[in-house]
Amino acid sequence: MMSNVTMQLETLSCPTCIKKIEGALLKTAGVESAKLMFNASKAKAEYDPEKVTADELKGVVEKLGYEVLKVKEA
Amino acid sequence: MVRFIFKQESKITLIAFILIIAGLMLRFFSYTGAGNTALIAATLIAMLPIGIKAYQALIMKVFSIELLVSIAVIGALFIGEYVESSAVTFLFLFGSYLEARTLEKTRSSIKELTDMAPQEANLIQPDGSRKVIDADEVEIGDRIAILPGGMIPVDGKAVNGEAKINEAAVSGESVPVSKMSGDQVFSGTILDSGYLEIKAEKVGDDTTFSKIIELVEEAQDSKSNAERFLDRFSQYYTPGVLILSIIVWAITRDLHLAITFLVIACPGALVIGAPVSNVAGIGNGAKNGSLIKGGEVIEKLSKVDTLVFDKTGTLTKGRPEVTDFKVLKGDKEELIGLIGKLEKASEHHLGRAITEFAEDTRDLSAYTMDHASGVKGRGIAGSVNGHSIIAGNRKMMKEHGIVIADNIEDYALNREKKGNTAIFAAVDSELLAVISIADKIRDDAKEALETMRENGVKHIVMLTGDNRHTASAVAEELGIDEVHAELLPEDKVRHVKRLKSEGRVISMAGDGINDAPAIASADVGLAMGKGGTDISMETADVVLMADRLNQYAHALSLSKSTMRNMKQNIIIALVTVALLLAGVLMGGVNLAIGMFVHEASVLIVIFNGMRLIKFKP
Repeated sequence: MMSNVTMQLETLSCPTCIKKIEGALLKTAGVESAKLMFNASKAKAEYDPEKVTADELKGVVEKLGYEVLKVKEA
Repeated sequence: MVRFIFKQESKITLIAFILIIAGLMLRFFSYTGAGNTALIAATLIAMLPIGIKAYQALIMKVFSIELLVSIAVIGALFIGEYVESSAVTFLFLFGSYLEARTLEKTRSSIKELTDMAPQEANLIQPDGSRKVIDADEVEIGDRIAILPGGMIPVDGKAVNGEAKINEAAVSGESVPVSKMSGDQVFSGTILDSGYLEIKAEKVGDDTTFSKIIELVEEAQDSKSNAERFLDRFSQYYTPGVLILSIIVWAITRDLHLAITFLVIACPGALVIGAPVSNVAGIGNGAKNGSLIKGGEVIEKLSKVDTLVFDKTGTLTKGRPEVTDFKVLKGDKEELIGLIGKLEKASEHHLGRAITEFAEDTRDLSAYTMDHASGVKGRGIAGSVNGHSIIAGNRKMMKEHGIVIADNIEDYALNREKKGNTAIFAAVDSELLAVISIADKIRDDAKEALETMRENGVKHIVMLTGDNRHTASAVAEELGIDEVHAELLPEDKVRHVKRLKSEGRVISMAGDGINDAPAIASADVGLAMGKGGTDISMETADVVLMADRLNQYAHALSLSKSTMRNMKQNIIIALVTVALLLAGVLMGGVNLAIGMFVHEASVLIVIFNGMRLIKFKP
C-alpha cells in the first residue's frame, strides 16, 4: 500500500524550486511520485511507508532550505 | 545552515545594500582600496543564497537563472568590475524579494478563500452543554450549534432552528438564503441571523469547501499549452544563453560584453508572465463562483464559439413552479389556501409546487383537512374545511363528472403550448381554478446568453430529454438557434460529437448525471455545481458554484481577458530582451542597468497579471 503526504511549505517564489523539490523527493528511495504545487506552495508525494516515512520526506525538503509548515498524511 | 541563509535573505539584501553605499562613498572620496573591499564583501554575501540555489538546481540538472547570474558575477569579480558585481547581486535579490511579495498578491484570491476556512466549532455535548472545539476535531454525527455571525464548521443537515445563511464561500452568491430543519448546510458559510443546530455529515477534507479549495489550488498549478511551451522553451533557452555568451566571448575576447549578455538574456519575465495571468484569472473566477480547472481550460474556453445546453436544471431551475393561478370564480386567496392544503397530502412533484406556492400567500395551518387520497396519473381528491375538493388533469375531472367549458379548455391548451402543465381544480363539484405549472427559465438565462453572444458565441444549441412542446417554448423565449428534444444521454453525446466535427469549439453545460457523458465529450465541460455534487465537480472543466448562468458569462469573458493578458506579458518579456540586446550591442547598457531593466520587466508582468484579480466583465 502506498501512502500520501501533503506538505505545506513557506510561500514559494522561484519557479526553479519546482524541479528542485520534486527532483529531490523523487530521488528519495520509496517515493513513487512527487508533485509540487507552486502557487499553493504545497508538495505532494506518494510513497511506500515501509521504505520511507513522511517525517523523512519533510527532512528532504528542509535540507534543500525550505520551511515545512504543516504535514498532512492521508 | 542552508535554511538559515534562505530565511535571512531580506537581511542579506539590506546588508549588501549598506555595503554598496559605503563602498561607493569610500571610492568617491578616493579610498579606492577600502571601497572595493566593501563592494566585494557585498557581492560575496549577496552571492550566498544565489549560489546555493544555483548549485541545488544544477544537481537536479536544471539550468536556473541563478546559475546565469552566478557565472556573470564571478566573471565580473574576475575582471575587477566590483561596482557591477555588487549591483547585480543586490538587484537580483531585491528583485526576487519584490517578486515574491507581488506574486503573493496574485495568489491573494485563493489565500482569501483558505483564510475563510472555519477554525472552531460549538459542539453540543450529550448533556446539552456546549463546548468550543477545533473545527478539525468534529466527527460525523456530532451536533453543532451555530450562532449569529458564526461560521458553519462542517457540511451537514440542519436539525433544529431557523436562520439566514450567507453561502458566498461555496456559491459566490452573497444574498443570504433561509435554512431550517432538514436543509443542507455547508462548511465555510456564515450564519447571518437566527440560530441553527446541525448534525455533521462531512468533516475535514471531505467538506465541499475543502474540495473547492483543493480544486482551485490544483487548477492554478495545472499548466496551459502556452505555459508548457514556455517551460520547454526555457529549458533550452537558459543553457542556450550560456553557450551563446561563450561564443560572444570567443569572438570578441571581451569578457565584460559576454557576462553582460549573460545577465540580460535571463528568461525571467518570460517564465513568470504566463502563470501569473492564469493564477490571477483562476483566482478571480473562484471568487465569482466559477471554478475554472486550470490554464488549459482557460485557453480552450477563450476559443469557444458554440454553446450547448441541457434544458432541465441548466437553462431552467429544474424544479416545477406555479407560473399562473387562474381563478374562474370566487376569492383567489381562499381558493389558493384550500387547494394548497389538499395538495399537502400529495406526493407528486406538481402537488408540491402548488403547496409551496400556497404557503407563500396563506397560512396553511389555519385550514383543516378531513381526508385526502391521491389517484395515480390523475390527481388528488379530498375534503378541506368541509369543502370537497378535486385537483388534477382532464381525466381526473372527467372521472368526477366535472365539465370543462370550451373557453377554459382553450385557455388550458394555450398554457400548455407555452410549456406549462395545466392542473384543474374543482370545489364542491364546480370548476373554479386552472393552475399552470412549469419548470421556470432561470432569471438570468436570457441576459447571460445575450452577453455571451456579444462575447463571440456564434451558435447556441439546446439538447433535452424533455418533450418537444416544452423544449420549443424554452428555446423560443431564449432565442436558441438549434433545438433537439426527447433525447437519451447517448443522443446528447452524438450531437456534441457532430457539432465538433463541424469544426466548432464546443462548451457543454449540464447538471445531472445524465449529462456527464456529453459534458465529458465536449471541448469544455461545464457543470452546475450547486450543493457541490461530487460527480459534476469532478468531471467538468468549469463548475458554476451558484448555478447562475451569468457566472458562465463571467467565466467566458474572463477566459478571453486572461488569454489577452498572457499574450501581453509574453510580448512585454520579449520586447524587453530584444531592447536590452540591442542596447548591449550598441553599447550603453552595462551589467547593472541590464539587471535593473530585467527585474523591472518581471515586476511589470506581475502587475499586469494582477489587473485580472479585479476583472469585471
